[in-house]
Amino acid sequence: MLKISNLNVYYGAIHALKNVSLEVNDGELVTLIGANGAGKTTTLHSISGLIKANSGTIELDGNDLQKTPANKIINLGLAHVPEGRHVFSQMTVLENLYMGAFIMNDKAKINENIEKVYAHFPRLKERSKQLAGTLSGGEQQMLATGRALMTNPKMLLMDEPSMGLSPILVGEIFSIIKELHDDGITILLVEQNAKAALSIADRAYVLETGGISMSGVASELLEDERVKKAYLGA
Amino acid sequence: MKKQNYLSGYVINFIACAALIVFSAVAGTLGFSVKLSTIIWQCCYFIILACSLNLVLGFLGQLSLGHCGFMAIGAYASALISLAFQRAGFYTEKSGPQFMLVLIICVIAAGLLAALVGLIVGIPALRLKGDYLAIITLGFGMIIVNVINNLPFCGMDGLSQGSASSALYQTGLGFILNQLTDYLWLPVTLMVLCVAAMFLFIRSKYGRAIRAIRDNEIAASASGLNVSYYKVLTFVFGAFFAGIAGAIFACCNSSLTTGSFSFTSSSILNSTFIVVMVVVGGMGSLTGSAVAAVGMFMLNYTIKNGKWVESLPEFLQMVFSYPMLVYSIALIIVIIFRPKGIFGTYEFSLRRFFVSIPKLPQMIKNRAAAKKEKAEVAENE
Repeated sequence: MLKISNLNVYYGAIHALKNVSLEVNDGELVTLIGANGAGKTTTLHSISGLIKANSGTIELDGNDLQKTPANKIINLGLAHVPEGRHVFSQMTVLENLYMGAFIMNDKAKINENIEKVYAHFPRLKERSKQLAGTLSGGEQQMLATGRALMTNPKMLLMDEPSMGLSPILVGEIFSIIKELHDDGITILLVEQNAKAALSIADRAYVLETGGISMSGVASELLEDERVKKAYLGA
Repeated sequence: MKKQNYLSGYVINFIACAALIVFSAVAGTLGFSVKLSTIIWQCCYFIILACSLNLVLGFLGQLSLGHCGFMAIGAYASALISLAFQRAGFYTEKSGPQFMLVLIICVIAAGLLAALVGLIVGIPALRLKGDYLAIITLGFGMIIVNVINNLPFCGMDGLSQGSASSALYQTGLGFILNQLTDYLWLPVTLMVLCVAAMFLFIRSKYGRAIRAIRDNEIAASASGLNVSYYKVLTFVFGAFFAGIAGAIFACCNSSLTTGSFSFTSSSILNSTFIVVMVVVGGMGSLTGSAVAAVGMFMLNYTIKNGKWVESLPEFLQMVFSYPMLVYSIALIIVIIFRPKGIFGTYEFSLRRFFVSIPKLPQMIKNRAAAKKEKAEVAENE
């Protein structure tokens, strides 16, 4: 579904991504793990068009994403849940969800999707009239995810959904990700919390100072000595 | 049920707007004084100005300090376009249907020209954020005054040395004395139409989109919004309405010089002042902008012309002889006690108002009962 080959990104003189190649197949949950500054978010931002790569190709079902403006990419069925819970803080939960469906015009379909999101996140339904900025961190993450689901995306890019959440909430968010994956959505999950990410993913890539250093089946990587040492703290 | 509410809201608002326009149309026969009419004219363009700036400042969240520049463009455009019509021999009498047509064309052209300039300024400027955008728009406000000052147009009768007063006088577009009362329907109608258009805009899907951009650009972009397109669109919208306000200004003040638009202008008509109106009224509330515009204008007007200042103690009179000092103190007080502005993001709704009237006695009773209970509890303790 998503195919990245030989992606290079520079921030000025800094070579942030070095020949990154990765692939996500239909219906897979793939995780991209790595330490701070390894280039995880850069990879996601170049996929969703927020930054332009210097060389390499990114293809989604044969469409060249590099040539697609950021605001059109969502039309191709790729939704991005940005890092750090970017919600529209001065708007209500319901309005946030409406914003997620901005590219859709079919009102009945929008309302149907809102019900679907509420089914995934009952907490959001209780707070539908509340301003998004007054939600707790976990609820904001749910809202950001719910908003991305409003367009029925084929694929979801998730950027560190566990950031700054309490361990209980992290568990909750990951079980929701698993649920979404079981519903048939392809997911590329970027995480620092390697253990949690590897335990739900099908496959994984390890990103180290801008390059892919390891890749493989997630359950095997979870047992790998090097991964254990570097990321799992054991 | 919800749909019915919407419908009744539309009907009530429509009736109220129509009543307001009809009332202003018959103002001449009601014996409105010229003084009162002038005040209404001025209030109308201040309301349009403040509301249109609120689109950019409150709803889009971009600080623009050159709003009066667009107003100047509108004012001069309407004066000179009417001159062109007159020279072409389109109308000779300063009344009648042909004059009316020219009047309407001038107002619309003023808005469109200001919008065009808004587009030219907005496309490069809106790539910047915060302070930088403020500096660019501030510069625009100053540049436009200089351009008009040095732009000769049609000799002495047209635009020369920054004054288009004679053009306004010749074409009859600069209304004087009783004409101000007779044509009172013009600013009121325009004000109602502009505010209604802005209100519908912010209540639409696109209004929600620009509020989303204000809250979070990254998330807005990820939701499929073309962020720069909507930024420029809103900026152009704001400029359009400012241009219309400029046309009203030209009609109301039979003299038109750049002095009124310059940044150092000590009068209330000053880009920073419009910003103050929006901030005091509440960024994100058109109701607030309208109320603050009228309030600040009346404050300014009465300080200059009112008798009540003289009844104040001598010390306060001294303070009031520096009106700018009074406004800054007022602004500081509002910001300390209500940081979100007087209205915050609240919008007045006529329908809600009518619905709540019958409930009012009950509400007062409830509140009194609550107070009594509290007092009793305090007494018992």
